[in-house]
Amino acid sequence: MNEQDRKKLIAENDLRLRKRLARRNGINSGLRYFVLTFVGLLMLYPLIWLLGASFKSNAEIFTSIGFLPSSFDFSGYVNGWKTSTEYTFTTYFINTFKIVIPKVIVTVISVTLTAYGFARFKIPGKKFLFSILIATLLLPNLVLRIPQYIMFNSFNWLDSYKPLIVPSAFAVDAFFVFMVIQFMRGIPKDLEEAATIDGCNSIQVLTKILMPILKPALISVALFQFMWTMNDFLGPLIYISSVRKYPVSIALKMSMDASALVHWNQVIALSVIALVPSLVVFFLAQRHFVDGITSSGIKG
Amino acid sequence: MAEVVLKSVEKQYPNGFKAVHGIDLEIKDGEFMVFVGPSGCAKSTTLRMVAGLEDITGGEIWIGDKCVNEVQPKDRGIAMVFQNYALYPHMTAYNNMAFGLQMSKTPKNIIDQRVREAAKHLEIEDLLDRKPKEMSGGQRQRVALGRALVRKPDVFLFDEPLSNLDAKLRVSMRVRIQELHEMLKAEGVPATMIYVTHDQVEAMTMGDRITVLNAGRIMQVDTPMNLYRKPENLFVAGFIGAPSMNLVDGEIVEMGGKVFVSIPGGVLPLPEEKAEKVRSHVGKKIKFGLRPEDIIANEVHEGGEGFVTGSVRVVEQMGNEEFIYFNAAGTQFIARVNPEQVKNIRKGEDYRFWFNLAKCHMFDLETEENLTL
Ligand SMILES: Nc1ncnc2c1ncn2[C@@H]1O[C@H](COP(=O)(O)OP(=O)(O)OP(=O)(O)O)[C@@H](O)[C@H]1O
Ligand SMILES: [Mg+2]
Repeated sequence: MNEQDRKKLIAENDLRLRKRLARRNGINSGLRYFVLTFVGLLMLYPLIWLLGASFKSNAEIFTSIGFLPSSFDFSGYVNGWKTSTEYTFTTYFINTFKIVIPKVIVTVISVTLTAYGFARFKIPGKKFLFSILIATLLLPNLVLRIPQYIMFNSFNWLDSYKPLIVPSAFAVDAFFVFMVIQFMRGIPKDLEEAATIDGCNSIQVLTKILMPILKPALISVALFQFMWTMNDFLGPLIYISSVRKYPVSIALKMSMDASALVHWNQVIALSVIALVPSLVVFFLAQRHFVDGITSSGIKG
Repeated sequence: MAEVVLKSVEKQYPNGFKAVHGIDLEIKDGEFMVFVGPSGCAKSTTLRMVAGLEDITGGEIWIGDKCVNEVQPKDRGIAMVFQNYALYPHMTAYNNMAFGLQMSKTPKNIIDQRVREAAKHLEIEDLLDRKPKEMSGGQRQRVALGRALVRKPDVFLFDEPLSNLDAKLRVSMRVRIQELHEMLKAEGVPATMIYVTHDQVEAMTMGDRITVLNAGRIMQVDTPMNLYRKPENLFVAGFIGAPSMNLVDGEIVEMGGKVFVSIPGGVLPLPEEKAEKVRSHVGKKIKFGLRPEDIIANEVHEGGEGFVTGSVRVVEQMGNEEFIYFNAAGTQFIARVNPEQVKNIRKGEDYRFWFNLAKCHMFDLETEENLTL
């Protein structure tokens, strides 16, 4: 065997080996994708079923198991939107946003300021105050309901959105404060000192330096607050009494116990619509949000 | 005009730790002053008090003709370069440099002109659109330098700006900073520079004068050459110079009217000039100091007045020089020799090491002061 033949043989062998490896890789990843897809579908199935069922007629919902409707019937959406009350769902959506948007804004502002205070300033009794703040994390929300109700009642705030929004302006969401403090601790103090020398006062340090760096964390805060408030049922139920002011979460429930006959297709259609804002906001903010929970935003 | 004057400046941290014990220092206008000292000696603390980032708990700091104790950092006419660059991560290099001027409401065209000018000096023109994370360490530090430069401060403050860079880059940045200092002087706007480092080479090569600090006190303030040749006390003698000065226990003795110093391995006759200085200490113990290059490893009596016999433990070849570690009477010495002149020194063998006593230092054990200046 001369040199050339040997080289050729080696090359052939090499190629065969590589092909086999590639094939095995192909099989492997095929299997992996199959399993992942299957499990993913399994977990998503209720959602898919919900989407499908929203197009079914009321009778079909309980008779067929599959998620594909026999025919696409939009009456669930059309009739559901009208609701059995004197207001359409448009009103309820507007109401929801009247709560959610101010609440998210005041939350972000108050949480940032509070975290800044705790993370960067010398305050007498800071340790004690901070431990109180963290202790409120452990307090079940339930025990606060009655005293809060009495308090807001004496403020004459019942049947308004104030009890739902105003507390957030005082950074009551201890979890968010805690989270932002943790992020802030990861930011080197040099930056703030450099900014001080560059002429920033403490508020400018916060708005011009810290907040841009904290953006992922703040977006996470806004996102969580958005979703939690969208889905909050108990709060509006307790404080809002006139139908005109109901948010989506209550209106949805209302459409279920209007009379003996529940139009399930309408309820389901409205549930699908109620999911949309959260999904849209989540996907818009997704990149930053994931950034926010995995890194402190500063590297190197 | 911006000389920086510290008048018995003190610093006590809130936890009660006293970091600075009354520092008096005058830094001349346009001077390059280096603070050097071991870790924890309060170099940074002192610098940060000048910057206004740290409260002063005693004494006064003057910049120019103003006492700045109560003046905000931004109004002190200073700019600072940090060890970790401290560039704003969300801004481009351009905006990092422009930020300070924007804050002081400087007109846009002037900002642009100054930033581009500084970028040209520092050769970072093509980095202006990049964010800090898209730059190398050396590039970041140049941007940080640019940020200080565009503010046209009276006083530049540097806190170990090069210690995160690799050795080669450090040398080139060192030269760049020196050039910057010269350039400002040539342009008729000399800037005072205070430069903190723990790197001796940086200190010796960059400083017009050096302040040696130890545990919150000034040990000596002088030109690099004087610190090396005439250390005022034991601390400076041991701190300046690498490898450091041989410092061994000794005793001054007088025999037949002549003054000798007795050290491990030998009793050496002191030259007249040195003898005069220590005559008052006859019979007392002292610290004897001699720089490694003042020890001659040779059989021939060559410029040395006395010798000790030592056995060689290690020979370190540095190429242009050799460090010879030897033991004499249980005490270790180090000699720094020229390999051209001294050949055939082998490990484990005994040699005579001649001491150039005209260059020796002797320190009082109690005050630690140099008796031989
Ligand atoms: N915030 C603080 N609170 C209490 N003590 C401090 C504080 N900052 C620094 N110190 C102490 O003050 C002393 C001087 O610190 P400083 O940072 O000035 O040292 P340094 O000379 O810059 O050291 P290095 O070369 O390591 O940077 C040290 O002993 C340090 O422990
Ligand atoms: Mg330091």
